[in-house]
Parts: sequence; C-alpha cells; structure tokens
Amino acid sequence: MSDLMRCEHLTKYYGSKIALSDVNLRLESGKIVGLLGPNGSGKTTLIKLINGLLVPSQGLLTIAGEMPGIKTKAMVSYLPERMYLGNWMRVNDVMDFFSDFYEDFDLKRAMAMLDALNIKASDQIRHMSKGTKEKVQLILVMSRRAKLYCLDEPIAGVDPAARDYILNTILTNYDPEATILISTHLISDIENILDEVIFIQNGQIKLQDSVDNIRCRQHKSVDALFREVFKC
Amino acid sequence: MPWNLSSERPIFSQIMERIQLDIIAGRYQPGQKLPSVRDLAAEAAVNPNTMQKAFSELERMGLVYSQRTSGRFITEDTALIQNLKAELAHMQIRDFLNKMKDFGFQLPEIMELIQALIEEEESHERSDAM
Repeated sequence: MSDLMRCEHLTKYYGSKIALSDVNLRLESGKIVGLLGPNGSGKTTLIKLINGLLVPSQGLLTIAGEMPGIKTKAMVSYLPERMYLGNWMRVNDVMDFFSDFYEDFDLKRAMAMLDALNIKASDQIRHMSKGTKEKVQLILVMSRRAKLYCLDEPIAGVDPAARDYILNTILTNYDPEATILISTHLISDIENILDEVIFIQNGQIKLQDSVDNIRCRQHKSVDALFREVFKC
Repeated sequence: MPWNLSSERPIFSQIMERIQLDIIAGRYQPGQKLPSVRDLAAEAAVNPNTMQKAFSELERMGLVYSQRTSGRFITEDTALIQNLKAELAHMQIRDFLNKMKDFGFQLPEIMELIQALIEEEESHERSDAM
C-alpha cells in the first residue's frame, strides 16, 4: 500500500530549541490515528509542518508524494487548536468562505450537521459558547472530502456529551479511504475509535502501533501504557 | 449508546463476543440481516475498521455470511449456533470451577453448594407463588 504521508529525517528547530528531531513516519490511507504525547512533545509542530504552516529545518515531508503547498492544501483538512474564524462572521458567512476556498467542501452535509445541533445559519460566532464554536469548526473541517484530516485537540474544550457527538461525527462522516490524524492527551475518550497510535516525546517518535496490538501484547489500554511510558 | 468495552483487551475480540452473545441469545435470529459496518461502528462508538475485523472473524467462523450486494446475514445453520452456545457454556463453567478451586473448594463440595442454592431458590419461588 502506498503511503499517504511520509516523513524522512524530519527535524524542526525554533531558534536553538529542537521541537522535532529526526522523525521518520509513515501514514497509510484509511486509518484513524492518534498522535499522543505530553505537552510540548511536538504534536502541534508536526501538524503545522503537514499543513505547510511551518517549514522543516531538515528532512522531508510529503503528502501523496507532494511537498506541502497548494496541491496538498486541497487534500488536507485541518482543525487548528485555536479558533480562527472572525467573531463578526455569521454561520452562513463561514459556509460561503469554505465553499469559495475549498473545492471539496460539501455544503449540504455541513448544513445537515449544523441543523442536527440546532445551530442556525444566521447565528453569529461572537455569541457562541466555546464549545459551540469548536463544534462549528469541526463541522467545517469534516465537511470537506479530504484525503487527510489533521485534528489538533478536537475535544479538549467540550463537555462529555458534546465529545460523544464529535466522535460520532468523525466516525460517521469520514470516507473509508481517508486518514484522520487526531492529536490529544484525552486518550481514554478516543481510544476505541483509533486504528493506531503514535507516541511522541521530546520531538521523537517513541512508538507507532495498532491499538489492538498494544492490547494483545501488553494486556493494557493505550491510556494505561501512555501513563507508564510518560510517567513524570 | 456506546458499547461497554473493557479497556485491557483487544476491541475487535470484545465486539465479536458481544455479537456472538446476541446470536446465541436470539437477539439476532438465524438468517437475519446485520446492520452495516458503519452503522454498527457508530452505535458502538468504535472504529469501522475494527468492526470490519470483527465481522471478518465471525465470517471465518461461519457465524455470519455476506452476500455481495445485499449485506451481511446471521448463519441459518442452527446446529452451529447450538455448538457455539455449548462451547460458551463450557467456558463459563470452567472459569467458575477454576475460581472455586482457587477458593479451596473440592468438586463434591462445589456440587453440594450448587444443589443447596438451587433448592433455596426453588423454595423462594414456591413461597412467592403461594
């Protein structure tokens, strides 16, 4: 099977501080992958490199054989850890924005999901709670027919019920050919939906394996293994 | 409602056990159509690939068969279902006996305890009926 994403000796410095160090990584199509690591381990740096928001200091990163750029942005759907929509915007403005920007944006699907959450097209971002804003962003990102979805901390700010809704949205809206990379440290919440996990620490990949393999071999959950590996 | 899955064991084998239980308990009837991988994965809140893996294993065991265009169905081989039922019963009993032996009981004692418990429950039922 050909790789959807490949990193070879990928390294990123911020000044003299090393954020990613000689990372070799491959992601296949059709997988839901958890990118797991403690704070400051390099998760967001990796995701920003995938999205071309940062440029590698050394090494190579390709998506479907392409270096990050215009072509890859058409294939990668990105949920940043931060809200980036203008406060003045209404939901329908945001929908127009995404329809203009992304050829693969499925407006009908987005509207159906918003409807299911009782979010109206005329609602203003300014008047939304933090959780509602996160839901709107996730709906936008999951309504694209992308090859790779990068979700940076998609469930951190929402209540457990909304978390279930978000996970369900991810499960029911992804194309089996697409891959989803989810960064989080709320492992037990998402463990059951992951195919495989990547443990990252101090900018280095500690482990990449399937959830079922970990459970078979270690007789413990990924969450328990994480606590052991990253014990402070 | 997400399925209640334990966190220590592989997810696909727990899903298999759950569907097996649904089959032997008759919640899924022989020949009945199963929900799609996607729908069942969403219901259980698990990865569709994991659900697929569980289905493939059940197919390999012959408990489930797929028809190319119309989906997946529970086997109509009732003898196979009865065998599975017996097998699961044996496993349960073996587990139970091992646990009782860990407690220090011998087989005759265990049998006596079971007999006493059955009689007690029957007498309760009789007094309830009166």
